[in-house]
Amino acid sequence: MTTNNKELVVEKIDNGTVIDHIPADKVFKIVRILGLEAYEDEILIGTNLCSKKYGKKGILKIKNKYFSQDEIDKIAIICPTATIIIIKNYEVEQKKHLEIPKHIHKIVKCINPNCITNVEEIETNFDVVNNDPIQIQCHYCEKTMEEIIFNE
Amino acid sequence: MTNLKGKNLISITDYTKEDYLTVLDLAEKFEKNPNQPILTDKVVGSLFFEPSTRTRLSFETAANRLGARVIGFSNPSATSLQKGESLHDTIKMVSSYTDIIVMRHHKDGASRYASEVSPVPLINAGDGANQHPTQCMLDLYSIRKTQGTLENLKIAMVGDLKYGRTVHSLVQAMSNFNAEFHFVSPKSLAMPDHVKDYARNAGLKYFEYDKLEDVVPFADIIYMTRIQKERFPDLLEYEKVKNAYIMTAATLKGCKENMKVLHPLPRVNEITMDVDKTPYAYYFQQAQNGMYVRQALIASILGYADKVK
Repeated sequence: MTTNNKELVVEKIDNGTVIDHIPADKVFKIVRILGLEAYEDEILIGTNLCSKKYGKKGILKIKNKYFSQDEIDKIAIICPTATIIIIKNYEVEQKKHLEIPKHIHKIVKCINPNCITNVEEIETNFDVVNNDPIQIQCHYCEKTMEEIIFNE
Repeated sequence: MTNLKGKNLISITDYTKEDYLTVLDLAEKFEKNPNQPILTDKVVGSLFFEPSTRTRLSFETAANRLGARVIGFSNPSATSLQKGESLHDTIKMVSSYTDIIVMRHHKDGASRYASEVSPVPLINAGDGANQHPTQCMLDLYSIRKTQGTLENLKIAMVGDLKYGRTVHSLVQAMSNFNAEFHFVSPKSLAMPDHVKDYARNAGLKYFEYDKLEDVVPFADIIYMTRIQKERFPDLLEYEKVKNAYIMTAATLKGCKENMKVLHPLPRVNEITMDVDKTPYAYYFQQAQNGMYVRQALIASILGYADKVK
């Protein structure tokens, strides 16, 4: 199979976002954290596709959807190796390689049940203290954690 | 000398080495001359959402000896919190009446949050299992007072190093003074990695031991801690380790002459009464030093450091 043939495994979209180079075991996690189960337009999901870099990779093509910075940060936290491609009229308008943010605002929940952010209505804040494996530290309770739970 | 006017103290790492030394120098003045009514036009809010005898009395005495008036509560069940008022709203109200707030709360991170809500400066008097920076300041004061310096000391920490917030803060603070750390604990209560990393990143050495006796011959400070029952999710685990380290006068045989035993108090059984009579016991003076350090903090955060004699 040539590269061109591979691309045809998952059909092109005219407008929307492609998330490429997702490690195969993270594809459905990305679907979940972006809330795409409830998305009503077309979504093409490819997983366990051959990849030189990862062995197996996943790809998501979401029609007529452009993600906010918060959503892109969520993707970066789960799979920093992914690429975001913005498609307009079948053309690649922009390709973004992701970076784990240094600070995470609002989108993550503190895993410490005794943290004040789990009692009062407070927008959470975390510093990323390590990238691989990702470790974040709560600005309030100062706990360091590897487990990332996104706010609903 | 640094200017601490308006600077919150939530975590010991909020302050620099120079800030610590500024507070300690001022505390020395208060030790010599504790009654200095320089804050007669100030009101201190003392908000204890969690019971605490020692820390609350120490702060309130400090404020009184400075001539300030104190408002607040030590029993939140008699306040509107009982009606479901949020921490946010309580802080908004109290900060409109007061010039500075001293706060203890059972939730981790509550003091940081309160300091972001409050327009007046805030001193953390303990937030859950997280930080208790004024305890750390008085530990620094006690170490400097007994050793004549904070630099190049061998500091042993004994007991519950996993849940004990005072020892975590002390490692962070003493990392500014080229300390060498000696951690003595059962494996299940060992110093957490993030604290050891802090010392390592500061270029400092640390060593770990099972037995208290191993550190007695060379330690300048032995910092004992209580094994805190309330921090254990599993009581069976508590029963296994509760009597792991008991210091008696005999344990200290062969220690250095300058060595002092510190303890954040209250003690349970980890230091026997016969240690109290040795020249090495320093924990009661340590607690008393807390008042001078808190006077220094309140005065300097309110911008009155230059009025202290």
